[in-house]
Formats: sequence, structure tokens, C-alpha cells
Amino acid sequence: MDKYITLPLREEDIEDLHVGDYVYLTGVVYTARDAAHKRLCETLDAGKELPLDIKGQIFYYMGPTPAREGRVIGSAGPTTATRMDKYAPRLLDLGLKGMIGKGKRSQEVLDAVVRNKAVYFAAVGGAGALLSRCITKSEVVAYDDLGTEAIRRLEIKDFPVIVAADIYGQKIY
Amino acid sequence: MREINVQEITSAIREMCIEANYTLSDDMACAMNKAEEEENSELGKKILGQLLENLTIAKEDMVPICQDTGMAVVFMELGQDVHLTGGNLEDAVNEGVRQGYVEGFLRKSVVSDPLLRVNTNDNTPAVLHVSIVPGDKIKITVAPKGFGSENMSKVCMLKPAEGVEGVKNAILQAVKDAGPNACPPVVVGVGVGGTFEKAALMAKKALTRRVGEHSKLEHIKDIEVEMLEKVNGLGIGPGGLGGRITALAVNIETYATHIAGLPVAINMCCHVNRHASREI
Repeated sequence: MDKYITLPLREEDIEDLHVGDYVYLTGVVYTARDAAHKRLCETLDAGKELPLDIKGQIFYYMGPTPAREGRVIGSAGPTTATRMDKYAPRLLDLGLKGMIGKGKRSQEVLDAVVRNKAVYFAAVGGAGALLSRCITKSEVVAYDDLGTEAIRRLEIKDFPVIVAADIYGQKIY
Repeated sequence: MREINVQEITSAIREMCIEANYTLSDDMACAMNKAEEEENSELGKKILGQLLENLTIAKEDMVPICQDTGMAVVFMELGQDVHLTGGNLEDAVNEGVRQGYVEGFLRKSVVSDPLLRVNTNDNTPAVLHVSIVPGDKIKITVAPKGFGSENMSKVCMLKPAEGVEGVKNAILQAVKDAGPNACPPVVVGVGVGGTFEKAALMAKKALTRRVGEHSKLEHIKDIEVEMLEKVNGLGIGPGGLGGRITALAVNIETYATHIAGLPVAINMCCHVNRHASREI
């Protein structure tokens, strides 16, 4: 069943999401992939404050190609989520509500999704050009030196995803 | 002896990096269209439809097909009667990659050291494989390789006693283990024989073969056909979300090997199996 959700995710939205649901997201998400996750967790290890408030937010595992002049962003599809498994449970325990990526997750991540009432969405891997059309604004908000791996605040509109892990312990892969 | 200035190599590589990342070769596009027709799963069909739409949008909007524009793998067949002038060959190749990735708005995905991990900001260096061949021409193939699928690749050193069944199992297991992570539908490149590194190189090269073409060796062609059928019986499907079309092709390359060994390498590539070739 197709669903339309306006972000940030509310508790009732998450309760209503089941594996296999086709969902169109509108609102704000933040990009973060390998290097940004590593740095976020090192910041936490050092007892310092994160460069953004992750409570209630969604991380999109994505590093775009550069935008051409006059364009919002370049190609912008999901990367493999498995590589973020090492970091994700900790961030979910700190209030991160959602993740968008592709591929399998570890049991630890699936447990953290249930424990924290969060959600893992899958986007279509390799559809970076199509997905770029659903991004209406992009700005770097942290770790600019990481280039494509910097944390970006994205405004998305009717961004298509599929529920890949839900609070009921179900998974699509 | 024919003189060729390495600048010609630079400009050919620059153009091929851009071409491969914006336009999928006709053999791949054709295989994707066929896949959409043949997919039984409703969700699988929908995803293949989106991937086809993605190819159109990439051309229309001048946006790369996938954000992972890869690490540039360059195969070069260098005629032994060619005399290269104007500079160092490797530098010329890397300059082509640098120009292609910077001027083509492609992602810079390469870090200079695997452990220190600092981005080189121009996607260099390339991974260059040169073979010397008869003649006075240079054939160059540029295959930008994404790492979602690269990470799912394997080398297995089988025992000769495991034979053809061992090879088939290794292929099937690699695709199963990759599951959704390699962005199916995939192309499966397989190298059988040689040594540890030769098998891996053959598997990579197998990915640059035109989809739909088979090995000229009859017994290998039979395995390619059988394995494609088996892989497409795994149920992984487009995007790994279930369905029939898990792979578009299984391409196998072989080479002589040692009496004690049966190396098998499996190099996975997602549906954005990019390759562009040119002859100078």
C-alpha cells in the first residue's frame, strides 16, 4: 500500500509502518555515510557535542555526485547500509528515528530499530538520477572537508522508499 | 613503428569516463528492457521500471546514472609496434581520469591510502591493466567500478577434486551472499583457472564483455547458461526485494592452471555495469 508521510516522523507514523509498505517521504533528512558516521562516533567517544541534533531525524546513507550549475544536487541514490551497522545502534539509542539505505542490516541494528521505535527504509540502489529529482534543496551542515561524505541537510519531496525493517521485528531482505 | 602521443590517451580516457557514467552501453540497456518484460514479481517489475526511467533521466538531466561513479578501472591493449611519446603512460591515464571526473561532475570516491583514507579529490589514481599485443594500435576500455557490488566479490581457491560442481556452487554462493547489497540485477563476472590474481583479473574482465555474448568454449558457454538460470531461481530479484531477475548475465573467462589448483574468482557488478571502449 502506498503511503505519504511528512517528516519529521511521528510515533503514530512509525507504528503504522510495516515491512513492504511503499512510502513517499516529504521533509528534511540528513546525509551521512561511512566517514561521517566514524567522525560522529569519535565525537561521542570524546564526550563532545554532535554537530547536529539527531533526535527524531532520518539519516540518508548517500554521497552525491557534484551538482551542475543551477542544480540542487547531482546523482543521489542510496549506498549499502551494512557498512553503517557498526555505528547505527548507538545513534538510534540516542534518538535517531530513521535510516534510508539499501541492503541487509545486522541483528543489532534490527534490534535497535525495535527497541527505539525507529524504521529502516530502502531506496532503489542505482536510481540516483531519478531520486535526484525528489531533492529540492541541499546544503552542507557539517564535515565539509569530507567532500561527498559531508553531512548535508536535504529537503525531499515525495521521495520513494520501501519499509525494510519495522518496529515489529520484520525485515524485507 | 607508429608514434602516438600520450595526450591522445588522456583525452580518450577523459571522454570515456564521462560517457560510461552518463549513458549505459546499448547491450546493458537492452538487457534491462528485456528484464522488465520477463520479471514476474509486481514489485520487481516496478523497480526495473524505475531503473529504466533512471537511465532516461540521467540523459535528460545530465546527471550520472548512479552516484557511485566508481573507481576507474582501465584495460589497455598496447600494440607492440607503438612508440608512446610526450610523457609517462600512467600519468597520462590518471590525467584522463582526473579531467573526466572533475569536468564531468562525477563523484570523487578515491582515498589515497586505504587506512589513512584521505580523498584525493580527483578520483585518481586509476587501476590500470596493460597487456602488450601485436600491432600498432591501442585499445582502451574504461570500466568505472562501483563498490556496492565490488565489496561482494570473492576469490575461492578450490581443490581440483571439487571440479565443475565446485565452481558452480562458488558462483551461486557468491550471488546468494551478495543478496541485495550488490544492487541486483547484477552481471556476474567469473574467472576460473590461472593463479590467485589471474582469476580475479579475468573475473573483472568478464564484466566488460557485451551482455548476451557467450564464451567461445562450448563447455563454458553451457555453464554460463545454466548458472544464469540457477541464479535467477534464487528469488533475490530486482533491488533484492524478491523476484526472478537477479542477474542479467553470467560471464566466465578461463585460463590454464596448476595441477594442484582450481582458482575461482567472482566479481559482481550492479545493473550499472559501465564500460566504454575505444581504439587509437
